[in-house]
Amino acid sequence: MTQAPDLTISGSATIDGAPLFAPLTLTLGAGQWTCLLGGSGVGKTTVLRLIAGLETGAAFNGQITAGDAQPVTSRVAYMAQDDLLLPWATVAQNVSLGARLRGEKPDLARRDRLIERMRLQDHLNKKPGELSGGQRQRVALARTLMEDRPIVLLDEPFSALDARTRADMQDLAAEALAGRTVLLVTHDPAEAARLGQSIVVMTAQGLTPCEPPSAPAPRHVDDLETLETQGALLRLLREAA
Amino acid sequence: MKILSALAATVFALAVWQAVVSLTGLPKFILPGPALVAETWWQNRWVIAEHTWITAVEVVIGLAFGTALGVITALQLANSRAARVLVQPMLVFTQALPVFALAPLLTLWLGYGLWSKVAMAVLIIYFPITSSFFDGLMRTPPGYLDLARTMQASPRAVLWHIRIPAALPSLASGMRLAAVYAPIGAVIGEWVGSSKGLGYLMLLANGRAKTDLMFAAMLTLGVFSILLHLIIRRATARMAGEAR
Ligand SMILES: Nc1ncnc2c1ncn2[C@@H]1O[C@H](COP(=O)(O)OP(=O)(O)O)[C@@H](O)[C@H]1O
Ligand SMILES: [Mg+2]
Repeated sequence: MTQAPDLTISGSATIDGAPLFAPLTLTLGAGQWTCLLGGSGVGKTTVLRLIAGLETGAAFNGQITAGDAQPVTSRVAYMAQDDLLLPWATVAQNVSLGARLRGEKPDLARRDRLIERMRLQDHLNKKPGELSGGQRQRVALARTLMEDRPIVLLDEPFSALDARTRADMQDLAAEALAGRTVLLVTHDPAEAARLGQSIVVMTAQGLTPCEPPSAPAPRHVDDLETLETQGALLRLLREAA
Repeated sequence: MKILSALAATVFALAVWQAVVSLTGLPKFILPGPALVAETWWQNRWVIAEHTWITAVEVVIGLAFGTALGVITALQLANSRAARVLVQPMLVFTQALPVFALAPLLTLWLGYGLWSKVAMAVLIIYFPITSSFFDGLMRTPPGYLDLARTMQASPRAVLWHIRIPAALPSLASGMRLAAVYAPIGAVIGEWVGSSKGLGYLMLLANGRAKTDLMFAAMLTLGVFSILLHLIIRRATARMAGEAR
């Protein structure tokens, strides 16, 4: 992986002429996890997709720049709530999808290391349909890591998982993606409090930065300060509504 | 269990048929009974087999060509907006024409032999194959396309690795439909002009008031169509994602 840059998106967006968000500036610290927390419909996914260079329903007026002034969209990896695994391809093929789509030869040794790291070595030749939700998200994480991009965009990737699997995935992702510039979009205050090295609350009024707990991420689920932060974040969300 | 219920349904149908014949006392050139038809079938089994073979060849060649043409057309349509604008309305228009109306023309152009029937079968299955595969190609789950985009995939690679595999179940349902339509196409072709095939045999028997032979040929066609459908079903099970 090349050096992870910091990244700034600033501007406003409208949908069919109606404002979605007023002018705002969001900075993702270099090599840090930034959690963008907000209720549904405030435009979190839109922000993330704008950074990824994907189609949105919104007209964006502003700019997205990396601190090193290099292009952004060719350096992002993307992971969504839907694992987006191809049902006809095996776990191994799904993990190395990116190389195949670019017409490159996948680094098979690396692929197998990542699969092992995600504890999927027994499922190498299975189809996604044979896996549990947690296993499928681990495959998606392995595929994301396989891309080896300095910027990683996560759109509520754990929200469809049960509480225990979600906590496991959070630990795994925090460890595996450490050192990259990560944007995690979430509606879950607990998730933001556990993982954010920087936490920003998005409401219809705009962005509110919030002090993250002092312990290094991923924080324990029962860490007192983390629980306090979680409460404070939830209060912020409720006040905004 | 499935075989058992099919058997039961067959026995029931035969019983109803026999009951209608017995109760109405219709003459056998109007409605022959199952026993007579079975006897006629057995006496003419070699003739029927020969004509079945002819029809089967027409249908199989028609299926192969029609599927290939449909797949190629769908890929072109999916790949090019210009093709969609120019060709799609034409496809819809040809679909509005009754294909039967074209049968005499095909006989005129291609003669009495095999190829006018193959063309008929191709015509009748071309649209279902094209439209089902094309729909599948255009309805790729958008999340896959987003992912591919962040991976800097070329349109060609997306087509090959994502859109086509994602559309195979749709193509499979088109092919299953085609398996039902193709024999109809071939038989219509035979009715309009031929000296061979089950359609020809049915027409011939009918013209000579050999209604029992007509029934024997018709039932053979039915059994052939069902077998063909089952074979195509099996063959496309993997494509349809049923037998992973
Ligand atoms: N493709 C689209 N076309 C039109 N409106 C959209 C589109 N995508 C999202 N929206 C609207 O934009 C708003 C913000 O959506 P989104 O960014 O997905 O919010 P969030 O991720 O915070 O739930 C919502 O009101 C949604 O209905
Ligand atoms: Mg969203």
